Amino acid sequence: MTELEEVSRIVSNMGVDSAVLTDPRVAHVVATGLDLVSRRVIPGVDIRNEKTADGLVAQITVKQHAKIANPIHLCIGVLHDTGRQRIQLQVKSENDSAAKIVAHCFFPRAQNVEHIMDASIEIDSGAELHHAEGHYHGPFGGVTVLPTAKVRVHPHGRYTSDFSLTSGRVGKLRIDYSVTVEAHAIAELTAKIFGHATDEIKIREAVVLSGEQARSLIRTRVALEGRARAEVTGITEGNAEGARGHVDCMEIVRDHAFAQAIPIVRVTHPLAKVTHEAAIGSIDQKQLETLMAHGLTPEQAVEMVVTGLLR
Amino acid sequence: MRLLEIKNLSFQLGGNIILDDLNLTVDQGEIHALIGTNGSGKSSVAYLILGCEKYVPTSGEIVFEGNSINALKLFERARLGITLCWQEPARLEGIAVEDYLRLGDPSIDSAAYLRKVGLPPEQYLQRNIDKTLSGGQRKRIELASVLALKPKLAILDEPDSGIDLLSIGEISDVIQSCKGNGASVLLITHREEMVRIADRASQLCGGKIVLTASPAEVAQFYKSRRCTVCNGKECHDD
Repeated sequence: MTELEEVSRIVSNMGVDSAVLTDPRVAHVVATGLDLVSRRVIPGVDIRNEKTADGLVAQITVKQHAKIANPIHLCIGVLHDTGRQRIQLQVKSENDSAAKIVAHCFFPRAQNVEHIMDASIEIDSGAELHHAEGHYHGPFGGVTVLPTAKVRVHPHGRYTSDFSLTSGRVGKLRIDYSVTVEAHAIAELTAKIFGHATDEIKIREAVVLSGEQARSLIRTRVALEGRARAEVTGITEGNAEGARGHVDCMEIVRDHAFAQAIPIVRVTHPLAKVTHEAAIGSIDQKQLETLMAHGLTPEQAVEMVVTGLLR
Repeated sequence: MRLLEIKNLSFQLGGNIILDDLNLTVDQGEIHALIGTNGSGKSSVAYLILGCEKYVPTSGEIVFEGNSINALKLFERARLGITLCWQEPARLEGIAVEDYLRLGDPSIDSAAYLRKVGLPPEQYLQRNIDKTLSGGQRKRIELASVLALKPKLAILDEPDSGIDLLSIGEISDVIQSCKGNGASVLLITHREEMVRIADRASQLCGGKIVLTASPAEVAQFYKSRRCTVCNGKECHDD
């Protein structure tokens, strides 16, 4: 089996039609380990890449006014049980463009793998970018994932990110995102993670609402079992008139797991408003009893509540 | 024929006597109203029948279709055909209304059940049962789910309470739909006008059933303050 065939199989297992990698209308980058396996550019999307000593630099530019109908797929991961991969991702959405990037990150056999993602994302005026990132990890917990992103959303732009790591062992995860939101722009960050065994999760997402009428939402959902640990820090700063931000963190803890949520809200303009809510605890008994009153066993009810939280 | 028989049921919570030697029956196909003021123990009766956590009888027996269900777990009782429309339905983040309605039977026409409770399916089926729905909307969805389950015994705990109130006519329609599916209904309420929907009614006061009779008689008794347990001081909402 070629690496591209194996990536196609993994992507299929992640619920994506692997035909996207052969469809000439769909832009993609496939990289495993230190190798670029496949790449396609389409009108309106420019992709440049460069191999480095420990990974890859990928530059994606969505051209001015381009409305990209099909998501741009990034398939990135390490197929072997050991390795180190560093991806430097530079994304620029030019004025009034619209695109969706879907990243599939896979570490199916990881026992001693480190994956570093340094992203720099620029959303120009009036542009929209949706960045979804789904992870497929194996059962061993031997992967360290270190994604960092610096994002700037220019006036009237819109950025949404959706990070999901809900199948397989997390291993060690350190998310560090910083987003600056300018006037009339919007940023929404969502992370959904399911930690098991001795997984360690640390999330830091910071949003600065620097322009008037800027809007943001940080939404984090974490479920933990075994001896997994999670620390979630959501920071929002409102620095301009009419800026509105909200931090929403919910964590379900079972067994001997440990969860901590640290919402930080700061306001430096009297007409800005930032709010937060955080809930950590075991699964709500009433939710379970509601489902059991429909005939679900306690185990089925727990699974449904957790799945719902991470959906 | 008896569907549910509660015999000499007593229940304490946190050292307080909630139910005291309570006896109550619900017949096959019957709509039985249980009326009482707030705090009289009505919801405790519901939770004990269903088998909720921390709701274990101090003494007494709950018999369903001739068999004691005291030792059964909640989901086992549900699988026998007992279910509850909660007074305050839970929020279920990430669970779509359509999936919720189909928990008991994936083949049902979930849209039809939403229409029965006055919710346009095109607006609600794909929504999640989370904080974006009002308490009243969740209540309607809860009623629809009870209908969809086609239970043998539907316990409706204060179906008329909520942010956007259902009218008695709407609730009556839902109850008649339950009955049309062959269900018996235990209708828990503190409003005497609700009692009139029932075939038979009981009044609860101080953890005891003080009267079981026709709905008209119980409604009259409820208004008259002739209760011998509290001498009419507690068992009527002014």
